[in-house]
Amino acid sequence: MSKGTLFDKVWDLHKVGTLPSGQTQLFIGLHLIHEVTSPQAFAMLRERGLSVMFPERTVATVDHIVPTENQARPFADAMAEEMMQAIEQNTQTNGITFHDIGSGNQGVVHVIAPEQGLTQPGMTIACGDSHTSTHGAFGAIAFGIGTSQVRDVLASQTLALSKLKVRRVEVNGSLMPGVYAKDVVLHIIRKLGVTGGVGYAYEFAGSTFEQMSMEERMTVCNMAIEGGARCGYINPDQVTFDYLQGRDFAPQADEWEQAVAWWTSLRSDADAEYDGLVVFNAAEIAPTVTWGITPGQGIAVTETVPTPDSLTAEDRELAGEAYKYMDLAPGQPIQGTQIDVCFIGSCTNGRISDLREAAKVAKGRHVVAGIKAFVVPGSERVKQQAEAEGLDKIFEAAGFEWREAGCSMCLAMNPDKLQGRQISASSSNRNFKGRQGSSSGRTLLMSPAMVAAAAVTGKVTDVREML
Amino acid sequence: MSQVQSIVQSVSGRAVPLIGNDIDTDRIIPARFLRCVTFDGLGAQVFADDRSQLSGQHAFDQPQYQGAEILVVNRNFGCGSSREHAPQAIAKWGIKALVGESFAEIFLGNCLAMGIPCVTAASDALQTLQDWIAAHPAAAITLDLEAMQVRFGDSCIPVSMGEGARNMFLGGTWDACGQLVAQGAAIQQTAAKLPYVSWSR
Repeated sequence: MSKGTLFDKVWDLHKVGTLPSGQTQLFIGLHLIHEVTSPQAFAMLRERGLSVMFPERTVATVDHIVPTENQARPFADAMAEEMMQAIEQNTQTNGITFHDIGSGNQGVVHVIAPEQGLTQPGMTIACGDSHTSTHGAFGAIAFGIGTSQVRDVLASQTLALSKLKVRRVEVNGSLMPGVYAKDVVLHIIRKLGVTGGVGYAYEFAGSTFEQMSMEERMTVCNMAIEGGARCGYINPDQVTFDYLQGRDFAPQADEWEQAVAWWTSLRSDADAEYDGLVVFNAAEIAPTVTWGITPGQGIAVTETVPTPDSLTAEDRELAGEAYKYMDLAPGQPIQGTQIDVCFIGSCTNGRISDLREAAKVAKGRHVVAGIKAFVVPGSERVKQQAEAEGLDKIFEAAGFEWREAGCSMCLAMNPDKLQGRQISASSSNRNFKGRQGSSSGRTLLMSPAMVAAAAVTGKVTDVREML
Repeated sequence: MSQVQSIVQSVSGRAVPLIGNDIDTDRIIPARFLRCVTFDGLGAQVFADDRSQLSGQHAFDQPQYQGAEILVVNRNFGCGSSREHAPQAIAKWGIKALVGESFAEIFLGNCLAMGIPCVTAASDALQTLQDWIAAHPAAAITLDLEAMQVRFGDSCIPVSMGEGARNMFLGGTWDACGQLVAQGAAIQQTAAKLPYVSWSR
């Protein structure tokens, strides 16, 4: 078992006790909720006559169902409108802060909590969304939960959990120009597989992550779950503290000094023990694109779709399914694959730095005729900042649509969807069959800059040639 | 809910094999069906897109598997989204237990919180089991959580489950909510020791 890691320290500090089953009762420092996975949890509380134990430790917003074009209420989709009303009512009744559309603070839950300074090192964070691993970028232990567990957190601010093992995933060196955090995490998942992290927390360490901004770190931790790891984290450092200082909910004055000292003490010890170690070299990472139907089926943009004989027996079966679904042949270059839709946004890559990188590629170029390309800021604040910088104008001049904040086509439970067999270049996190709203639609995951490159060339393109 | 009613020592019933690795929660219940404020009705929508593409040939549509109560899957079942709608949809279709090579972490946690045991078995043992079920769809099989085995016909295979989860099924405490809430004083004590809980913002 691991010893002396940040995970161990934070786990021990939040341990309320041991349940008769042997599981740990763990205190949850920050609970984030949204409209999709919370209404049933509130209904369960009502059925049991329970109340919310720490309403001030839960924060709500709406993201999954919100339209990114016309946000006028009532929503055109009556079911989405019903979900909106449910979260409005549940948060009001229980005294929970709700960041509604138009408040200036609404957005994808994993974008708004960090930008408001709610996400802090040393916290335990839970949310009914698998991409809660994002918050691990701050040195928090953050993981996704289901609705019954949302009920448990509302009722007790705790969860019944078994401790995870900790694997150190080290990447060292500088990334080449045109290679982004998204490529790093796609590369890691490609190498360790989509089940490599099951039962583990991933500690991302090494000079590559140390050199990353907080937003880049969030992109990496966001996709830990795609590698099977329920949570991923990075030890807090000066970059973390600089990002947090002055944000709405960050500690201030004397408390700031105390906080920095406490956060620093939580870093994994130099002699910490891990349940596993893997090491990668940043120089070997190229812009990475998925060709298949799991996030583990990624290749460098310069590579060809793997042939069955290059794969293990286990991977071969899934590859066979993927060739057929994606209509891509083994040995075919991924570069040059024609694209129908380009989506920039999501909790993985919908932050201001993502939009800046995409805008650099879009600037002075134009989306190829017939391609639908759109940019969805991760939050109302990201949108406001982007507009202040004129990014919206760059995108619009290049033929991209500029939208309101939301989850949009990452999971397509709102009006943004693929149609039929359309194929998308997407800065989101999942390329599962049917993920983007059409049961036969296809998704190629890549960095926002690569999506912009695909939009202006009409096909998968190595963004390094365009910088 | 009383502990006696919640004890799960074994599950017996007919089984349905669902072949394939990495079957994700978007396939189990596509996102458009998450536009709801209750879990009612999800049973009819389980595997909606896979089923419509296989036009009647999906295991959940095949007549011999109607009424099955134990689902036998392969590797990394339930990966992806944390949506409890996925195990809820499977449960509402009629499934009471799952056997597989491996399960995604959050899916497993959701099943535990719902009282649905998920056990793992070796890949070759699972294939034997899936083949046997296909040959004997009308026969019941038994998942025994005390002996930690699945029995079918004259055979049986060993299965595994995390010790904490197993104790919760055998002790009838898989619905942890009441136990968690009962620790109010200890929860307050833990909270009081955490620096950030007392910071002014």
